[in-house]
Amino acid sequence: MAQQSSSKPTGRGRDGEADVHPPYLYPDYKATRLRAPEKPLVILPESLSEVTGPAYGHGRVGPLDHDLTRQHGGDPLGERIIITGRVLDGDGRPVRNSLIEVWQANAAGRYIHQGDQHPAPLDPNFTGAGRCLTDDEGRYRFVTVKPGAYPWGNHDNAWRPAHIHFSFFGPAFRTRLITQMYFPGDPLFDQDPIFQSVRDPKARERLISRFDLETTEPEWALGYRFDIVLDGRAATPMEH
Amino acid sequence: MRLSPTPSQTVGPFFHYALLDEDLSNLVAPDHPSAIRIEGTVYDGAGEVVPDAMLEVWQAGADGRYAHSEDGFSGFGRFGTDDEGHYEFVTIKPGPVPGPDGQPLQAPHIWVSVFARGLLRRLATRVYFPDEEEANASDPVLASVGDPDLRSTLVARAMDGDLLRFDIHLQGDRQTAFFDV
Repeated sequence: MAQQSSSKPTGRGRDGEADVHPPYLYPDYKATRLRAPEKPLVILPESLSEVTGPAYGHGRVGPLDHDLTRQHGGDPLGERIIITGRVLDGDGRPVRNSLIEVWQANAAGRYIHQGDQHPAPLDPNFTGAGRCLTDDEGRYRFVTVKPGAYPWGNHDNAWRPAHIHFSFFGPAFRTRLITQMYFPGDPLFDQDPIFQSVRDPKARERLISRFDLETTEPEWALGYRFDIVLDGRAATPMEH
Repeated sequence: MRLSPTPSQTVGPFFHYALLDEDLSNLVAPDHPSAIRIEGTVYDGAGEVVPDAMLEVWQAGADGRYAHSEDGFSGFGRFGTDDEGHYEFVTIKPGPVPGPDGQPLQAPHIWVSVFARGLLRRLATRVYFPDEEEANASDPVLASVGDPDLRSTLVARAMDGDLLRFDIHLQGDRQTAFFDV
Protein backbone atom coordinates (compact mmCIF):
# COMPACT_ATOMS: atom_id res chain seq x y z
CA MET A 1 0.00 0.00 0.00
CA ALA A 2 1.64 3.18 -1.15
CA GLN A 3 -0.29 5.65 0.92
CA GLN A 4 -0.51 6.20 4.60
CA SER A 5 -3.93 6.08 6.08
CA SER A 6 -5.11 9.01 8.06
CA SER A 7 -7.07 8.62 11.20
CA LYS A 8 -8.28 12.16 11.27
CA PRO A 9 -10.86 12.70 12.51
CA THR A 10 -10.13 9.85 14.80
CA GLY A 11 -12.96 7.72 15.83
CA ARG A 12 -11.53 7.65 19.27
CA GLY A 13 -12.05 4.60 21.37
CA ARG A 14 -14.40 5.52 24.14
CA ASP A 15 -12.68 5.57 27.50
CA GLY A 16 -9.36 5.56 25.70
CA GLU A 17 -9.76 2.10 24.20
CA ALA A 18 -7.92 1.63 20.96
CA ASP A 19 -10.43 2.10 18.19
CA VAL A 20 -11.03 -1.06 16.22
CA HIS A 21 -13.06 0.67 13.54
CA PRO A 22 -11.51 1.94 10.32
CA PRO A 23 -10.78 5.65 9.96
CA TYR A 24 -13.17 7.64 7.81
CA LEU A 25 -10.34 8.71 5.52
CA TYR A 26 -8.37 5.79 4.12
CA PRO A 27 -6.95 7.16 0.85
CA ASP A 28 -6.17 3.75 -0.63
CA TYR A 29 -9.94 3.28 -0.73
CA LYS A 30 -10.50 6.10 -3.16
CA ALA A 31 -14.17 6.72 -2.45
CA THR A 32 -13.27 7.86 1.08
CA ARG A 33 -11.30 10.85 -0.23
CA LEU A 34 -14.30 13.07 -0.91
CA ARG A 35 -16.69 11.48 1.55
CA ALA A 36 -14.72 11.36 4.80
CA PRO A 37 -15.49 14.22 7.18
CA GLU A 38 -12.48 16.38 8.08
CA LYS A 39 -13.75 18.08 11.21
CA PRO A 40 -13.43 16.12 14.44
CA LEU A 41 -16.46 14.16 15.49
CA VAL A 42 -18.39 15.83 18.28
CA ILE A 43 -18.14 13.88 21.50
CA LEU A 44 -21.55 13.44 23.11
CA PRO A 45 -21.81 14.23 26.80
CA GLU A 46 -21.39 10.78 28.34
CA SER A 47 -24.74 10.79 30.08
CA LEU A 48 -26.50 11.55 26.81
CA SER A 49 -25.31 8.57 24.80
CA GLU A 50 -28.26 7.25 22.91
CA VAL A 51 -29.35 4.07 24.66
CA THR A 52 -32.66 3.73 22.86
CA GLY A 53 -32.92 2.16 19.43
CA PRO A 54 -35.43 0.91 16.92
CA ALA A 55 -36.97 -2.53 17.37
CA TYR A 56 -37.14 -2.92 13.63
CA GLY A 57 -37.85 -5.94 11.51
CA HIS A 58 -39.88 -8.25 13.72
CA GLY A 59 -42.76 -8.25 11.30
CA ARG A 60 -40.48 -8.41 8.32
CA VAL A 61 -38.80 -11.80 8.64
CA GLY A 62 -40.45 -14.63 6.72
CA PRO A 63 -39.82 -18.33 7.49
CA LEU A 64 -37.43 -18.81 4.54
CA ASP A 65 -35.71 -15.44 4.68
CA HIS A 66 -32.65 -16.99 6.37
CA ASP A 67 -32.20 -19.48 3.52
CA LEU A 68 -30.93 -17.75 0.40
CA THR A 69 -30.92 -21.05 -1.48
CA ARG A 70 -34.69 -21.48 -1.29
CA GLN A 71 -36.03 -18.18 -2.55
CA HIS A 72 -36.63 -19.34 -6.14
CA GLY A 73 -37.84 -22.36 -8.08
CA GLY A 74 -34.50 -24.17 -8.13
CA ASP A 75 -31.17 -24.44 -6.39
CA PRO A 76 -28.66 -21.66 -7.00
CA LEU A 77 -25.31 -22.62 -8.47
CA GLY A 78 -22.28 -22.57 -6.23
CA GLU A 79 -20.88 -24.03 -3.07
CA ARG A 80 -23.68 -24.31 -0.48
CA ILE A 81 -22.65 -22.97 2.92
CA ILE A 82 -24.11 -22.47 6.38
CA ILE A 83 -23.07 -19.42 8.38
CA THR A 84 -23.86 -19.32 12.04
CA GLY A 85 -22.67 -17.48 15.11
CA ARG A 86 -23.67 -15.35 18.06
CA VAL A 87 -24.25 -11.64 18.44
CA LEU A 88 -22.98 -10.34 21.79
CA ASP A 89 -22.67 -6.96 23.45
CA GLY A 90 -19.38 -5.71 24.85
CA ASP A 91 -20.04 -7.44 28.15
CA GLY A 92 -20.55 -10.78 26.46
CA ARG A 93 -24.30 -10.80 26.87
CA PRO A 94 -26.39 -12.15 24.00
CA VAL A 95 -28.15 -9.63 21.77
CA ARG A 96 -31.59 -11.21 21.60
CA ASN A 97 -34.40 -11.00 19.12
CA SER A 98 -32.57 -8.49 16.95
CA LEU A 99 -32.69 -8.13 13.17
CA ILE A 100 -29.76 -9.24 11.01
CA GLU A 101 -29.78 -8.47 7.29
CA VAL A 102 -27.31 -9.91 4.76
CA TRP A 103 -26.61 -9.38 1.08
CA GLN A 104 -24.00 -10.73 -1.27
CA ALA A 105 -22.88 -11.50 -4.80
CA ASN A 106 -23.72 -14.88 -6.33
CA ALA A 107 -21.18 -17.67 -6.81
CA ALA A 108 -19.92 -16.00 -9.99
CA GLY A 109 -19.23 -12.75 -8.16
CA ARG A 110 -22.20 -10.86 -9.60
CA TYR A 111 -24.74 -8.83 -7.61
CA ILE A 112 -28.30 -8.70 -8.84
CA HIS A 113 -28.09 -4.93 -8.28
CA GLN A 114 -28.44 -2.90 -11.48
CA GLY A 115 -25.24 -1.06 -10.60
CA ASP A 116 -23.22 -4.25 -11.08
CA GLN A 117 -22.76 -4.82 -14.82
CA HIS A 118 -19.45 -6.68 -14.91
CA PRO A 119 -19.40 -9.67 -17.27
CA ALA A 120 -20.29 -12.52 -14.92
CA PRO A 121 -23.62 -14.34 -15.12
CA LEU A 122 -26.65 -13.67 -12.97
CA ASP A 123 -28.25 -16.75 -11.44
CA PRO A 124 -32.04 -16.91 -11.88
CA ASN A 125 -32.21 -18.92 -8.65
CA PHE A 126 -30.30 -16.49 -6.49
CA THR A 127 -31.13 -13.00 -5.28
CA GLY A 128 -28.55 -12.78 -2.52
CA ALA A 129 -30.56 -11.03 0.21
CA GLY A 130 -31.59 -12.56 3.52
CA ARG A 131 -32.62 -11.69 7.05
CA CYS A 132 -33.31 -13.31 10.38
CA LEU A 133 -33.76 -12.53 14.07
CA THR A 134 -31.30 -13.65 16.72
CA ASP A 135 -32.63 -16.14 19.28
CA ASP A 136 -32.49 -15.93 23.08
CA GLU A 137 -28.80 -16.87 23.06
CA GLY A 138 -28.00 -14.29 20.39
CA ARG A 139 -27.58 -17.04 17.80
CA TYR A 140 -28.36 -16.78 14.10
CA ARG A 141 -28.04 -19.07 11.10
CA PHE A 142 -28.05 -18.45 7.35
CA VAL A 143 -27.89 -20.90 4.46
CA THR A 144 -26.51 -19.52 1.22
CA VAL A 145 -23.85 -20.12 -1.45
CA LYS A 146 -20.30 -18.88 -1.18
CA PRO A 147 -20.04 -15.56 -3.04
CA GLY A 148 -17.41 -15.12 -5.75
CA ALA A 149 -14.74 -12.44 -5.82
CA TYR A 150 -15.43 -9.58 -8.22
CA PRO A 151 -13.51 -6.76 -9.89
CA TRP A 152 -13.99 -3.11 -9.07
CA GLY A 153 -12.49 0.14 -10.25
CA ASN A 154 -10.61 1.29 -7.16
CA HIS A 155 -7.13 0.66 -8.57
CA ASP A 156 -5.50 -1.29 -11.36
CA ASN A 157 -6.67 -4.91 -11.39
CA ALA A 158 -8.60 -4.46 -8.14
CA TRP A 159 -10.69 -7.38 -6.87
CA ARG A 160 -12.82 -7.61 -3.77
CA PRO A 161 -12.23 -10.72 -1.66
CA ALA A 162 -15.32 -12.90 -1.33
CA HIS A 163 -17.53 -11.34 1.32
CA ILE A 164 -21.05 -11.16 2.68
CA HIS A 165 -22.47 -7.87 3.95
CA PHE A 166 -24.01 -8.03 7.43
CA SER A 167 -26.25 -5.42 9.06
CA PHE A 168 -27.03 -5.43 12.80
CA PHE A 169 -29.25 -3.21 14.93
CA GLY A 170 -28.72 -4.38 18.49
CA PRO A 171 -30.57 -2.68 21.34
CA ALA A 172 -29.54 0.96 20.87
CA PHE A 173 -28.92 3.61 18.26
CA ARG A 174 -25.24 3.40 19.07
CA THR A 175 -25.03 -0.38 18.59
CA ARG A 176 -25.97 -0.11 14.91
CA LEU A 177 -23.33 -1.87 12.80
CA ILE A 178 -22.87 -2.63 9.13
CA THR A 179 -19.87 -4.76 8.26
CA GLN A 180 -18.56 -7.43 5.91
CA MET A 181 -17.73 -11.06 6.64
CA TYR A 182 -14.80 -12.64 4.82
CA PHE A 183 -13.63 -16.23 4.28
CA PRO A 184 -10.44 -17.72 5.72
CA GLY A 185 -7.29 -17.74 3.61
CA ASP A 186 -8.51 -15.45 0.85
CA PRO A 187 -5.54 -14.50 -1.40
CA LEU A 188 -7.12 -11.11 -2.12
CA PHE A 189 -6.84 -9.71 1.42
CA ASP A 190 -3.48 -8.00 0.90
CA GLN A 191 -4.62 -5.84 -1.98
CA ASP A 192 -8.09 -4.96 -0.69
CA PRO A 193 -8.19 -1.48 0.85
CA ILE A 194 -11.62 -1.99 2.40
CA PHE A 195 -10.43 -4.99 4.41
CA GLN A 196 -7.08 -3.30 5.11
CA SER A 197 -8.77 -0.11 6.32
CA VAL A 198 -9.14 -1.84 9.68
CA ARG A 199 -5.67 -1.04 10.93
CA ASP A 200 -5.54 -3.28 14.00
CA PRO A 201 -4.57 -6.76 12.73
CA LYS A 202 -6.44 -8.47 15.57
CA ALA A 203 -9.58 -6.51 14.79
CA ARG A 204 -9.19 -7.31 11.09
CA GLU A 205 -9.02 -11.01 11.92
CA ARG A 206 -12.43 -10.74 13.54
CA LEU A 207 -13.95 -9.96 10.14
CA ILE A 208 -12.90 -13.39 8.90
CA SER A 209 -15.26 -16.29 9.50
CA ARG A 210 -13.72 -19.61 10.39
CA PHE A 211 -14.44 -22.95 8.84
CA ASP A 212 -16.34 -25.09 11.34
CA LEU A 213 -16.70 -28.84 10.93
CA GLU A 214 -19.37 -28.94 13.61
CA THR A 215 -21.57 -26.63 11.59
CA THR A 216 -20.78 -28.50 8.38
CA GLU A 217 -23.56 -30.90 7.37
CA PRO A 218 -22.52 -34.18 5.69
CA GLU A 219 -23.45 -34.51 2.02
CA TRP A 220 -24.99 -31.05 2.18
CA ALA A 221 -23.11 -27.86 3.10
CA LEU A 222 -19.86 -26.48 4.51
CA GLY A 223 -20.17 -24.61 7.79
CA TYR A 224 -18.62 -21.30 8.78
CA ARG A 225 -18.73 -19.54 12.12
CA PHE A 226 -18.91 -15.75 12.44
CA ASP A 227 -19.40 -14.22 15.90
CA ILE A 228 -20.13 -10.53 16.32
CA VAL A 229 -19.63 -8.09 19.16
CA LEU A 230 -21.60 -4.85 18.99
CA ASP A 231 -20.27 -1.56 20.32
CA GLY A 232 -21.73 0.21 23.23
CA ARG A 233 -22.23 -0.68 26.79
CA ALA A 234 -25.87 0.32 27.00
CA ALA A 235 -26.55 1.32 30.59
CA THR A 236 -23.70 -0.64 32.17
CA PRO A 237 -20.88 1.50 33.53
CA MET A 238 -17.35 0.85 32.35
CA GLU A 239 -14.97 -1.00 34.60
CA HIS A 240 -11.75 0.85 35.22
CA MET B 1 -13.73 -8.37 30.71
CA ARG B 2 -14.88 -6.26 27.80
CA LEU B 3 -15.09 -7.85 24.41
CA SER B 4 -13.63 -5.87 21.58
CA PRO B 5 -16.26 -4.91 18.99
CA THR B 6 -16.45 -6.21 15.46
CA PRO B 7 -15.09 -3.52 13.12
CA SER B 8 -17.32 -1.60 10.76
CA GLN B 9 -17.08 -1.88 6.97
CA THR B 10 -18.70 0.17 4.24
CA VAL B 11 -22.24 -0.60 3.12
CA GLY B 12 -20.89 -0.48 -0.45
CA PRO B 13 -22.91 0.40 -3.55
CA PHE B 14 -25.13 -2.69 -3.83
CA PHE B 15 -27.35 -2.65 -0.74
CA HIS B 16 -30.63 -1.33 -2.14
CA TYR B 17 -32.34 -4.61 -2.93
CA ALA B 18 -31.59 -5.95 0.54
CA LEU B 19 -32.03 -2.93 2.81
CA LEU B 20 -34.41 -0.63 0.96
CA ASP B 21 -36.87 -3.15 -0.45
CA GLU B 22 -39.37 -1.82 2.06
CA ASP B 23 -40.13 1.91 1.89
CA LEU B 24 -39.73 3.44 5.34
CA SER B 25 -39.74 7.09 4.33
CA ASN B 26 -43.23 7.68 5.73
CA LEU B 27 -42.97 7.39 9.52
CA VAL B 28 -46.57 8.60 9.51
CA ALA B 29 -49.04 8.82 6.65
CA PRO B 30 -48.58 12.01 4.63
CA ASP B 31 -52.15 13.04 5.52
CA HIS B 32 -51.51 12.66 9.26
CA PRO B 33 -52.75 15.89 10.90
CA SER B 34 -49.34 16.57 12.47
CA ALA B 35 -47.22 15.41 9.53
CA ILE B 36 -44.09 17.35 8.66
CA ARG B 37 -41.77 16.77 5.72
CA ILE B 38 -38.01 16.92 5.91
CA GLU B 39 -35.94 16.93 2.75
CA GLY B 40 -32.37 17.54 1.79
CA THR B 41 -29.45 16.68 -0.43
CA VAL B 42 -26.28 14.81 0.51
CA TYR B 43 -23.08 16.36 -0.90
CA ASP B 44 -19.48 15.17 -0.99
CA GLY B 45 -16.36 17.27 -0.46
CA ALA B 46 -16.32 18.43 -4.09
CA GLY B 47 -19.91 19.66 -3.82
CA GLU B 48 -21.15 16.75 -5.94
CA VAL B 49 -24.34 15.05 -4.91
CA VAL B 50 -24.18 11.59 -3.32
CA PRO B 51 -26.71 9.42 -5.15
CA ASP B 52 -25.97 6.16 -3.36
CA ALA B 53 -26.41 6.96 0.33
CA MET B 54 -28.79 5.33 2.77
CA LEU B 55 -30.19 7.35 5.66
CA GLU B 56 -31.76 6.00 8.82
CA VAL B 57 -33.68 8.20 11.23
CA TRP B 58 -34.55 7.56 14.87
CA GLN B 59 -36.68 9.87 16.96
CA ALA B 60 -39.00 10.19 19.90
CA GLY B 61 -42.73 10.66 19.56
CA ALA B 62 -44.57 13.92 20.18
CA ASP B 63 -44.49 13.10 23.90
CA GLY B 64 -40.69 12.95 23.92
CA ARG B 65 -40.54 9.22 24.52
CA TYR B 66 -38.82 6.69 22.30
CA ALA B 67 -40.13 3.44 20.88
CA HIS B 68 -43.84 2.97 20.39
CA SER B 69 -44.64 5.94 22.51
CA GLU B 70 -47.71 6.54 20.43
CA ASP B 71 -50.06 4.26 18.68
CA GLY B 72 -48.22 2.71 15.77
CA PHE B 73 -45.41 5.25 15.68
CA SER B 74 -42.11 3.38 15.67
CA GLY B 75 -39.88 6.43 15.34
CA PHE B 76 -37.66 4.62 12.83
CA GLY B 77 -37.29 5.28 9.13
CA ARG B 78 -34.85 4.52 6.35
CA PHE B 79 -34.55 5.48 2.72
CA GLY B 80 -31.98 6.17 0.04
CA THR B 81 -30.85 9.26 -1.83
CA ASP B 82 -31.94 9.45 -5.46
CA ASP B 83 -29.90 10.25 -8.58
CA GLU B 84 -29.83 13.90 -7.51
CA GLY B 85 -28.61 13.03 -4.01
CA HIS B 86 -32.02 14.03 -2.68
CA TYR B 87 -33.94 12.42 0.17
CA GLU B 88 -37.28 13.17 1.77
CA PHE B 89 -39.25 11.71 4.63
CA VAL B 90 -42.53 12.36 6.40
CA THR B 91 -42.81 12.26 10.16
CA ILE B 92 -44.11 14.13 13.18
CA LYS B 93 -42.10 16.56 15.22
CA PRO B 94 -40.67 14.84 18.30
CA GLY B 95 -41.22 16.32 21.74
CA PRO B 96 -38.40 17.48 24.00
CA VAL B 97 -36.52 14.44 25.29
CA PRO B 98 -35.94 14.04 29.03
CA GLY B 99 -32.30 13.87 30.06
CA PRO B 100 -31.00 11.57 32.78
CA ASP B 101 -31.66 12.69 36.39
CA GLY B 102 -30.71 16.26 36.95
CA GLN B 103 -30.05 16.92 33.27
CA PRO B 104 -31.94 19.52 31.32
CA LEU B 105 -34.41 18.48 28.67
CA GLN B 106 -32.95 17.99 25.24
CA ALA B 107 -34.49 20.09 22.50
CA PRO B 108 -36.60 18.19 19.97
CA HIS B 109 -34.30 16.41 17.53
CA ILE B 110 -34.06 13.49 15.13
CA TRP B 111 -31.03 11.23 14.92
CA VAL B 112 -29.79 10.57 11.37
CA SER B 113 -27.30 7.88 10.36
CA VAL B 114 -25.65 8.12 6.95
CA PHE B 115 -24.29 5.03 5.21
CA ALA B 116 -22.66 5.04 1.77
CA ARG B 117 -19.96 3.66 -0.44
CA GLY B 118 -16.80 5.43 0.71
CA LEU B 119 -17.99 5.62 4.33
CA LEU B 120 -16.11 2.88 6.17
CA ARG B 121 -18.37 3.51 9.16
CA ARG B 122 -21.65 5.33 9.43
CA LEU B 123 -21.94 9.01 10.18
CA ALA B 124 -24.37 10.17 12.85
CA THR B 125 -25.91 13.62 13.03
CA ARG B 126 -29.01 15.28 14.49
CA VAL B 127 -31.75 17.38 12.93
CA TYR B 128 -32.89 20.20 15.23
CA PHE B 129 -35.87 22.46 14.59
CA PRO B 130 -35.68 26.14 13.62
CA ASP B 131 -38.79 27.11 15.60
CA GLU B 132 -37.23 25.92 18.87
CA GLU B 133 -34.73 28.73 19.45
CA GLU B 134 -35.13 28.74 23.20
CA ALA B 135 -34.91 24.96 23.62
CA ASN B 136 -32.01 24.80 21.18
CA ALA B 137 -30.14 27.47 23.13
CA SER B 138 -30.21 25.33 26.27
CA ASP B 139 -29.72 21.94 24.59
CA PRO B 140 -26.66 20.20 26.11
CA VAL B 141 -25.71 18.40 22.91
CA LEU B 142 -25.88 21.52 20.73
CA ALA B 143 -23.89 23.32 23.42
CA SER B 144 -21.16 20.69 23.16
CA VAL B 145 -20.51 21.71 19.55
CA GLY B 146 -18.01 24.51 20.18
CA ASP B 147 -17.83 26.02 16.69
CA PRO B 148 -20.99 28.12 16.06
CA ASP B 149 -20.82 27.56 12.29
CA LEU B 150 -20.60 23.82 12.80
CA ARG B 151 -23.41 23.99 15.36
CA SER B 152 -25.64 25.80 12.90
CA THR B 153 -25.44 22.87 10.47
CA LEU B 154 -27.59 20.88 12.89
CA VAL B 155 -30.64 23.14 12.66
CA ALA B 156 -32.98 22.51 9.73
CA ARG B 157 -34.19 25.44 7.61
CA ALA B 158 -37.90 26.27 7.49
CA MET B 159 -39.30 26.15 3.98
CA ASP B 160 -42.87 26.60 2.79
CA GLY B 161 -45.66 25.17 4.89
CA ASP B 162 -44.73 22.02 6.80
CA LEU B 163 -41.47 21.49 4.90
CA LEU B 164 -38.02 21.60 6.50
CA ARG B 165 -34.70 21.39 4.70
CA PHE B 166 -31.64 19.60 6.09
CA ASP B 167 -28.73 19.26 3.67
CA ILE B 168 -25.85 17.01 4.64
CA HIS B 169 -22.30 17.94 3.61
CA LEU B 170 -19.94 15.05 4.24
CA GLN B 171 -16.79 17.14 3.87
CA GLY B 172 -15.51 20.67 3.19
CA ASP B 173 -16.13 24.17 4.55
CA ARG B 174 -19.82 23.51 4.96
CA GLN B 175 -19.38 20.09 6.56
CA THR B 176 -22.24 18.95 8.75
CA ALA B 177 -21.50 18.25 12.42
CA PHE B 178 -21.20 14.52 13.04
CA PHE B 179 -21.19 12.82 16.43
CA ASP B 180 -19.10 10.09 17.94
CA VAL B 181 -21.88 7.89 19.22
